[in-house]
Amino acid sequence: MRIKKNIAISESGFMFNPITGESFTVNPIGTEILQMINDGFESDQIIEAICNKYQVDQHTFDKDLTDFTGMLDHHHLSQHHDKEEA
Amino acid sequence: MEKLRYERPIIRRLDSEMPNKFGMRTDYRPTTQIEGVAVKTLIEEFGSPLFVISEKVLRSQYRKARKAFTTRYPKVQFAWSYKTNYISAVCNVFHQEGSWAEVVSGFEFQKALGNGVEGSKIIFNGPDKSEEDLEMAIKHNSLIHIDHLDELYTLTELADRHKTKPRVAIRVNMDTGVYPMWDRFGFNYENGQAWDALNKIMHSGKLELVGLHCHIGTFMLSTQAYAVAAGKLAELAIGVQRKFNHTIKYIDMGGGFTSKNTLKGAYLPGSDTNPSFDDYAEAITTALLNADFTAEYLPTLILETGRALVDEAGYVLGTVISNKRSSKGKRITIVDIGVNLMFTSFWYDHKVTPAQEFTQYAEDTTLNGPLCMNIDVIRESVSLPLLNKGDNIVVHSVGAYNMTQWMQFITLRPAVVMIDVDGKPHIIREKENLNTVNGQERIPIHLNRFEL
Repeated sequence: MRIKKNIAISESGFMFNPITGESFTVNPIGTEILQMINDGFESDQIIEAICNKYQVDQHTFDKDLTDFTGMLDHHHLSQHHDKEEA
Repeated sequence: MEKLRYERPIIRRLDSEMPNKFGMRTDYRPTTQIEGVAVKTLIEEFGSPLFVISEKVLRSQYRKARKAFTTRYPKVQFAWSYKTNYISAVCNVFHQEGSWAEVVSGFEFQKALGNGVEGSKIIFNGPDKSEEDLEMAIKHNSLIHIDHLDELYTLTELADRHKTKPRVAIRVNMDTGVYPMWDRFGFNYENGQAWDALNKIMHSGKLELVGLHCHIGTFMLSTQAYAVAAGKLAELAIGVQRKFNHTIKYIDMGGGFTSKNTLKGAYLPGSDTNPSFDDYAEAITTALLNADFTAEYLPTLILETGRALVDEAGYVLGTVISNKRSSKGKRITIVDIGVNLMFTSFWYDHKVTPAQEFTQYAEDTTLNGPLCMNIDVIRESVSLPLLNKGDNIVVHSVGAYNMTQWMQFITLRPAVVMIDVDGKPHIIREKENLNTVNGQERIPIHLNRFEL
């Protein structure tokens, strides 16, 4: 997956969707994950990076990452490689 | 290199609707300890979930209430409402402070006796007093508050049979200007039932009429209603004095005072809006002092307030079981505290705080209990910091009714711990075990065996 090209992301965790006008806030670890997604990291690479850096086990983070990416989908902020950009 | 503290990633849509003029979250600090004892330590030692009661708060609430009334009225007596919390250690704190006992069943009566309360200092209320219960109350010279005529006639018969004169009061219900009017208990003032009952008692000569009682409602946000009630009871007392030259020794205003909890649907938090002890005391004592009692015959004022004394002293500690999303994307956090333990979650939006440090990020969360029932909702919507599995939470102001109305349902009931005034925790009710349930059961012989 990747973040849609038209979504603006600031370093401080502010996201803006110019099509819908919606704004979002993301916490620091979420911002870090967004950056990794934009850099082309796959899920297992993100899990490895976060688990190496933070006090979290793989199962817990895997579950939280699924939840986070699910919310990106829910808010129509992400797209998957096999789908055209909306 | 040491790893950094983890917080799960979240994304939150910013609402561009009208802002809440009272701000967002107000609790920015975790509750890491209760009366100096760490929440984590309590859970490690006594398990989760766990009810915790602060003896210090029990005593300070009682003293605050007592001061509010005794500074305004010369004769005041409190009676601890057993149904609000009848764990003996809790009752005994109030008895040590000088409270009598107010009970509403034979079981509660026996509990009060067992705690060492003299029978003459037990007030027996309620609509369901069996003949055995009444005989027990008569034998102990207790104050029997008559709820209906059937009880009055039974008492008259018992007085004859035992050749004694039981001490009685009648419970009076009335219109105090609030809705709903509690008219299912006692005798009505406006339609004359109360006056009829008083006449029956006085003319029978078999019962000693010592008091008048009312209990106008629960979680009463209006203090004026108490002023109206006190005025009406004073009228009845003065009527009895005039007609029979008989002095009513006490007026019992019952309970119903609010705690600082926030009722569901309330716009402002209860801590900011609910009346204080001083507010109630001012309304009640002013009405009594302004009535036509002479100083010599001023009745004792009895108060049976329960919730307002015990609610803030109680906490329930719990643990996060899991985090989920609803179909609409809303955060759901499941904790090990269910509505079977927290009956009051049907009435209040209880304050919930994490028991560990957290950041400023929060999510609108539905807090569910562990029961396999859809109604098991502790908070429908509460802004909570990001909780992880295994984190602990503290639910505040749960001292009233939860430890008497809790249900053994699906799970067993947890331990209750009291932290004494020196900060030492004591178990005051053991955690239940399988035998608590199975010990009461009997299996007929033909159901003892089966093959699958």
